[in-house]
Amino acid sequence: MRKYDCLVIGGGPAGLAAAISAHKNGAHTLLIEREARLGGILKQCIHDGFGLVRYGEKLSGPEYAERFIDVFNEEKIEALTLTFVTRIAKTVEGFAVTLVNRDGVEIVASKTLILATGCRERTAKQVSIHGTRPAGVFTAGTAQHFTNLLGEMPTKKCVILGSGDIGLIMARRLTLEGAEVLGVYEAKPTPSGLTRNIHQCLHDYNIPLYLSHTVTRVFGEDRLSAVETAEVDEKMQPVPGTEAIVDCDALILSVGLIPENELAEALGVALDPKTKGPVCNAQLMTCVDGVFSCGNALHVNDLVDYVSESGENAGENAAKYAKRPRNEIPVDSSGALLYAVPQRLDLAADNSSVQLYFRSREVLDGCTFKIIVDGETVFSKKYPFLRPPEMEKLTVDFSRFNLTPQSKITLDIEVKPNA
Amino acid sequence: MRELVCIVCPKGCTMHIDEKDGETIITGNTCKRGEKFAISEMTEPKRTICSTVRTSFDEMPVLPVRVSDEIPKDRIFDVMAEINKVCLKERVRRGEPVIKNVLGLGVDVIATSDILKDI
Repeated sequence: MRKYDCLVIGGGPAGLAAAISAHKNGAHTLLIEREARLGGILKQCIHDGFGLVRYGEKLSGPEYAERFIDVFNEEKIEALTLTFVTRIAKTVEGFAVTLVNRDGVEIVASKTLILATGCRERTAKQVSIHGTRPAGVFTAGTAQHFTNLLGEMPTKKCVILGSGDIGLIMARRLTLEGAEVLGVYEAKPTPSGLTRNIHQCLHDYNIPLYLSHTVTRVFGEDRLSAVETAEVDEKMQPVPGTEAIVDCDALILSVGLIPENELAEALGVALDPKTKGPVCNAQLMTCVDGVFSCGNALHVNDLVDYVSESGENAGENAAKYAKRPRNEIPVDSSGALLYAVPQRLDLAADNSSVQLYFRSREVLDGCTFKIIVDGETVFSKKYPFLRPPEMEKLTVDFSRFNLTPQSKITLDIEVKPNA
Repeated sequence: MRELVCIVCPKGCTMHIDEKDGETIITGNTCKRGEKFAISEMTEPKRTICSTVRTSFDEMPVLPVRVSDEIPKDRIFDVMAEINKVCLKERVRRGEPVIKNVLGLGVDVIATSDILKDI
């Protein structure tokens, strides 16, 4: 049986960064990827804007991914592509992982696992739209795959439901290639995607954005021929009498991303209902010893730069991992936060440079992010504004807060009145 | 007064542009790049564009490309038309030009992936 110190599942930006980091920290590392090529979703994200935080450059997705793939190859790190993980069993020394590929079935042993499985798009079945089931209903990622990797246009005239970033990017992309994008419909009163994407993808091309509107029905037999749209009330319910029929040949969905954690759940990893990713400590270790999580499998990030950062963090900690008892306390978030990562702190570990990621629940102006320990504010940072689509990242030295197993840590956002 | 959202970085600052005694006053930006963007947006708006070009390789029917620098916003569709005329027969590497000095705008259309070298 082949034996490794670290086995990384997923060859996208998180997995690549994790594998490189684990390898550079001395771990004998294997990366498993189910597709034919490394790079994950970045392969089809041909638009630019990646790497601004990390490199100060506006790279396209393939350029960003290939910077990591080049290092991965130079370091001669082992990878298996077109390979699936079908089973993970716990052993005395770690894990026995069953792999399936063209060569057959193989079981490899690894002391640690890094789950870098990314996220999935929410599909039409998960947003309950009435009507027939014709061809022409795509997720934005599928439309992107057709356009950018296969070179085939999925539509001539379409409606986009949901204002997530991929939907906005595809609105621009399809317009550039000559398709007509009739509008982006968003059920919520505020956009889901980054503000800059609303401007550079919709406003630049005069594509209308209909907030508090949704698609209620699709029409068409073989191919989609029209959709019905409607206004929605505060409870997101369609308002009778506001229905309109829009003729088009495709409905493109950009209605959210969900971390992919089937393998994690099978291992008994506890998930956070807020992030839908594993509950982790600052070392990005899940509740199962030796199992780490990073990237969009951990929580859906706004920027790939942070995906790589969490991959590097998980990789380094997996390489340094040695089984020992933990001394963990929860990091609670108040209702003002949509979520925060990490959700726990291991007092037996080094917490002098904790990477903290959070999102606000609502659009807030003039507010202060606070870390409260036993009722006392030990850290605060002012923000001119916080918006849920834009994730925030802080590096915090938790070791100076004199934490004990009885400490109660709460993260909160305070809004100044009239600020 | 004009309101403008900065698209230079993901922060997306909302900026306000005022004219006072013939002087342009920009507020709301949190860095110098925002001010530069606002001035460009008021005088000659520019954008980068990313697309794909066709190839003659079956395994990789299209190759991602982008412009090497910003182009005037009103020339976007002209440049797209040039990009869509290309069909690559050679294995162009990442960073190499696919179209040199497109439409005389002083920028190249460059490949953004090395995938053709592996097929």
